[in-house]
Amino acid sequence: MNINKSPWLLHYDGSSCNGCDIEVLACTTPVYDVERFGVINTGNPLHADILLITGGINTQNAEVVRQIYEQMPKPKVVLAVGTCACTGGIFKECYNIKGGADTVIPVDIYVPGCAARPESIIDGVVKATALFKEKADLYDKEETEMRKAAKRGNV
Amino acid sequence: MIPVIYRVISIVAYIILAPLLGGLLDGLDRKISARMQGRVGPPLLQPFYDFGKLMKKQFLAASRLQILMIVSYLFFICLTGVLFFGGFDILLCVFSLTTAVMFLILAATVTHSPFSSQGTHREMMQMMSYEPMVLLTAVGFYLATGSFSISDIIRQNVSAIALMPGFFFGFLFILTIKFRKSPFDLSTSHHAHQEVVKGVTTEMVGVEYAITILTEWYENIFLLGMVALFFINSNPWSILVAIVAVFIVFFIEILVDNTSARVKWEMMLKLSWGVTLICGGLNLFILEIIKR
Amino acid sequence: MEVLRIMVLALVVAPFAMALFPALIRHDKIRAASVYICGVITMVLAVSVSFIWLISFRGEEISFDLPAGELINHVILVGDIFLMALVIYFCVKYKKPLIALLSIVQTVPTCAFELFAPGVKECPEIRIDYLTFIMMLIIGIIGVAIGIYAVGYMDGYHNHHFKHLTDRRSFFLAMIFVFYGAMFGLVLSRSLTWMYFFWEITSITSFLLIGYTRSDEAVTNSFRALWMNLLGGLGMAIAICMCIGIYHTVDIVDVVKNAQDPAMSSMTLLPVALLAFGALTKSAQFPFSGWLLGAMVAPTPSSALLHSATMVKAGVYLLIRLSTAMNGNDVGQMVYLTGGFTFLAASMLAISQSDGKKVLAYSTISNLGLIVACAGAGYPDTVWSAVFLLIFHAVSKSLLFQCVGAIENTTGSRDIENMQGLATRHPKLAMLLMVGIAGMFLAPFGMLISKWAALKAFIDAPSALMVIFISFGSATTMFYWTKWFAKILGSSDTRLTNKDYTRRGEYISMFLHAILLVGLCLTFPLISTYAVEPMMMDMYGYSSPVISDTNIIIMVIMVIAIFVVPGICYLFTRNWVDKDVMAYMGGANVGDNERFVDVMGQPKALRVSNWYIENWFGEAKLFLPSVIISVFIIVLSFGMVVGGAFR
Repeated sequence: MNINKSPWLLHYDGSSCNGCDIEVLACTTPVYDVERFGVINTGNPLHADILLITGGINTQNAEVVRQIYEQMPKPKVVLAVGTCACTGGIFKECYNIKGGADTVIPVDIYVPGCAARPESIIDGVVKATALFKEKADLYDKEETEMRKAAKRGNV
Repeated sequence: MIPVIYRVISIVAYIILAPLLGGLLDGLDRKISARMQGRVGPPLLQPFYDFGKLMKKQFLAASRLQILMIVSYLFFICLTGVLFFGGFDILLCVFSLTTAVMFLILAATVTHSPFSSQGTHREMMQMMSYEPMVLLTAVGFYLATGSFSISDIIRQNVSAIALMPGFFFGFLFILTIKFRKSPFDLSTSHHAHQEVVKGVTTEMVGVEYAITILTEWYENIFLLGMVALFFINSNPWSILVAIVAVFIVFFIEILVDNTSARVKWEMMLKLSWGVTLICGGLNLFILEIIKR
Repeated sequence: MEVLRIMVLALVVAPFAMALFPALIRHDKIRAASVYICGVITMVLAVSVSFIWLISFRGEEISFDLPAGELINHVILVGDIFLMALVIYFCVKYKKPLIALLSIVQTVPTCAFELFAPGVKECPEIRIDYLTFIMMLIIGIIGVAIGIYAVGYMDGYHNHHFKHLTDRRSFFLAMIFVFYGAMFGLVLSRSLTWMYFFWEITSITSFLLIGYTRSDEAVTNSFRALWMNLLGGLGMAIAICMCIGIYHTVDIVDVVKNAQDPAMSSMTLLPVALLAFGALTKSAQFPFSGWLLGAMVAPTPSSALLHSATMVKAGVYLLIRLSTAMNGNDVGQMVYLTGGFTFLAASMLAISQSDGKKVLAYSTISNLGLIVACAGAGYPDTVWSAVFLLIFHAVSKSLLFQCVGAIENTTGSRDIENMQGLATRHPKLAMLLMVGIAGMFLAPFGMLISKWAALKAFIDAPSALMVIFISFGSATTMFYWTKWFAKILGSSDTRLTNKDYTRRGEYISMFLHAILLVGLCLTFPLISTYAVEPMMMDMYGYSSPVISDTNIIIMVIMVIAIFVVPGICYLFTRNWVDKDVMAYMGGANVGDNERFVDVMGQPKALRVSNWYIENWFGEAKLFLPSVIISVFIIVLSFGMVVGGAFR
């Protein structure tokens, strides 16, 4: 199944300086054209497969990020773009910053850089896509087993 | 009357082929759009990949009523197409289409989500904008050919468009709304416009969204069928003309989509009612005088 | 025959007599019981008269005199004068001299002509045919059900909401019975003088019902209703005087026949035009819509009674009676253009309303507009659809009014905005409301069939203007119903649930309506074959099915699919859901779909609101232009009729 050919992105801007966000947008322009890989920037967690986070996590948006992550249907992959999203970056020691995205949700792939370059972002997305397929297969397997178990339970 | 066997073949063909064709056209649309913007664009089969993926996603529900409404939406759009390609009454198609859209609206409102609620109202506004023209088009066919029955309409000696150019232009205009193309992609859009997140489809997850996409494919084929109906007459070659016309119309829609910015709903209502009154109304008056 | 005559007499007279029970009994429980019993008697009487006629005369049109007809003629004469006196009394009390004058101007000449005009042709007083049959059933079943509903409603009205109001329930219930009597009389009479008498009773009773609360607003609105209806009455009175004076007849059949007769001068159209004018005021067409909107101040059962099954239907009934005389002439044009315009204008105005009853009022006006247009065109197809619209509208609108009333008593508000998620809070009421709304506009139900036939007929008529009115009107109609429907079905905060104050009597009436409505939808081909087509046969001498069998089958499939598809889908998908999630609010929900974190970091309730688009479709914007345009249409067409008459 070609599930990896249709990774839909949700781009979440944490407490980013907007540098990485500009680069993420650059990926969708004609120069980089990330839609080649079937990527759509959806802006809706309920439709998204890959959560792309830029910027660090602060006390105010921690809950929001967690909630958005919860609202994404499985299988899902989290991609932290830029140094801030990976570790908190230069804001790490701020009074309100918790750190990177992985302080609230499990992050699968880290794309470092300040700001991350479009090439490396696309590279991250492609890696995320591969992981997405893996997770999808795993999810399928779990599902089938769950169903089998449920059936046995019924009998 | 057309023999039953033809009707059955046509209906079965619609049910099986419409999603394939609709998906392909959708892919073509994305490809052409990308090329117009100087991009490579996704593969032609991209819509099918998207569809397959959505079917496999986990089923989360913001409201458990939603799936029921969406399946009804699919059913009534299919029914619309079946009635159309089965050669039944064109007014009945229009009414069935309206019922279908009603279900889409209900599907979007059962969740109490601000974004889908906003999208819903825009969807209703769109419906109010295009509905008069759709009804008038059906009326136009009746005036031009003397019958509401599609099987009679396609057996005229002259194509309907000869008598109803105004209706054709009006229908083309509202087709942009129905295709959810810019400048009238208010309620939701196929591209990365995120003004109201995803509008009516915001709360549809996985399977639900897949069904909605499938329904749109069915609907698009029905709408393009309506375009073809303007051209088909008793001469078999007219079918070829109709197909060419459909492709031209499809291309124009993509061109319009890529060269215009989204308008406000006031503008949409004014424009579409204006066009309906001027093109549809004028053509109606003239036809009535001709036929009297 | 003798039995039927006596029963018809009973049907007309008994409700007036029965009005005495609620009027005189002061004890709540006994009065309620008396209303229930009398209501059931009236219903049984109406249904049995209808079916005795249908079975023993096999649907043949019959005309006859009532026993003691002469006596009743005298009573009517005295009654006319009594009604005039009553109007004068109220006008003096509230200082409205002009309205009193209006009443005198019409009553005195009519009575004088009746008494002194020589050589008036004898005419049977009563006629029963298929149209009467349908109307009797509507009034007998729907009307009486409203009466039963009223008992429980008025109880809740006074005990829970308007404790400060004087309790005049006895009067209210009595007036409802008077209304039944008047309506039965109206649809059964063949003689114009009888019709006029009953017509005036409905005008004055509605005036009294609207003024029920005696608040300033109620008084103003009731007088508005009175003058508008009296103006229509004036038209009718002039028509009667003309008929007696020139054609020596008071027989409505003769009036219609004369108008159709090519040998007669076009002067014969004048009485028809005047009668039609009266009917337009009664069925609240623009520019006379004001009275119906004002009537919403009255307690809900009277709105239901006036606007669904009885009062407004009187006007439409008369138009259908006259429809053969209006086919293809200036009178017809006046009527159908007014109706078509009203259909469009009222449906646009309905968009801007958030008060449930106001929406219903505008939708009533709008639907009546369509019926009026159909009757005015006077083609067999349009008359067919007019009758169907009339039936479906009566049932679903009555159901809707009752639902909104019950919802208001229960939740304390009839604003549509407050009905968010009613389906989860009060499922029973919400279900009834949704059935009603579906009956008004959803594709395969009544409205669709009728709209379809109307559209077809106006294309053939041909009237491009009407086709445009209907196309735009149906789009706007969709808009205001859909948003209401969506509101009910939306999710809501279940903590808002209140106690349901709806009485059992109210539920019985509402469920009766809902069952009737669904039944009508499923059996409409049968109704068409056994009641409406024979009616067309009577009127036109031929009848043809308006919608072909194939299409009818498809539509029945659609009706069934609307319920069955979601049902089947439910069975298949109920185990699909993996997990419930919150709706998307930018990730700022506070635990559920009802609240979000605001800028101060505090939870704030989320309110989703419908669009009302005041600055496009508001009353301030559209009402006056609508009145002006419609006055223009009526004056112009009436001028053409008068001009034609004296050519």
